[in-house]
Amino acid sequence: MSDQANVEPAGLDPAAKAELDRAFEQLYRDHLRDVYSYAYYRVGNQHDAEDLTEQAFLQAYRHFDRARRESDGRPLRPWLIRIAHNLALNFYRDRSRRPQTSLEGAEPIVAQHGTEAVAEGREELRQVMEKVEQLPDDRRDALIMRFALGMDNREIARALGRSDGATKVLIHRAIRQLQEEIGDE
Amino acid sequence: MSEAAGFAKGGWDVERLLGDALRPIEPPERLSGRVEDTLAAVTQAAAEELSDWAEELSESELHALRDPRNWVRPVVAVGAGGVAAGALVVLEMRRRGRQEAGGRLRALTSRLR
Repeated sequence: MSDQANVEPAGLDPAAKAELDRAFEQLYRDHLRDVYSYAYYRVGNQHDAEDLTEQAFLQAYRHFDRARRESDGRPLRPWLIRIAHNLALNFYRDRSRRPQTSLEGAEPIVAQHGTEAVAEGREELRQVMEKVEQLPDDRRDALIMRFALGMDNREIARALGRSDGATKVLIHRAIRQLQEEIGDE
Repeated sequence: MSEAAGFAKGGWDVERLLGDALRPIEPPERLSGRVEDTLAAVTQAAAEELSDWAEELSESELHALRDPRNWVRPVVAVGAGGVAAGALVVLEMRRRGRQEAGGRLRALTSRLR
């Protein structure tokens, strides 16, 4: 992070600063759940997910003015998720740890079709989650963005810093890998 | 794996299973408060830093500040001030949140009457 980037919000006139603040407030309201969901699936527990979400929004505010100017009107969600993504990478690097193998309290929601069907559905989803957690990092991240956050290929590409084509291939391979592993059981 | 759900004609419907497994997760209510408190703390620290720095300046230091090589500290302090200003955003969010909560409560109360 450069000092210049830090100074930018303070250098604005009051009207521009107020407008910037309103825009940031809207971004925060619109995407708190996205950032938290991404963080939760990345780190695997509520406590660390809250830390990561908090840091992501603090960092986002620091660079918000510049990000808006450079976005050319494109949605800022990929940029926000990219911040969370980079923080998650640092999180593991700093603490020398990997995601926890089971997501605490992340019990999938299954449509109610009677007790037996629900139990079977939960078991299947638990197995799917285990397979997702064992995927290479980039494949797992792409699937979290696609399915938990509902991002399209272009958004995911921006969040991961890849081309649209490379992202499409990444997601295709991730799904195919899961399909093969689940089919083998 | 059971074939009760997720098995489509021709193989496992992995995308449907992923859609069911990877649901969005609602953040806990306390998280917003945490973010607001952190920004408020940054505001306080930045204000103190700027105040202390201004009080410490002597004539010679003011003179030295004309040299760009000595601008690092003020730039860092002003940068912290920029972040601190962000706290105002969140405090406004909190105020509006309370107003909205109050509005919802009033609407509920009036319906119950």
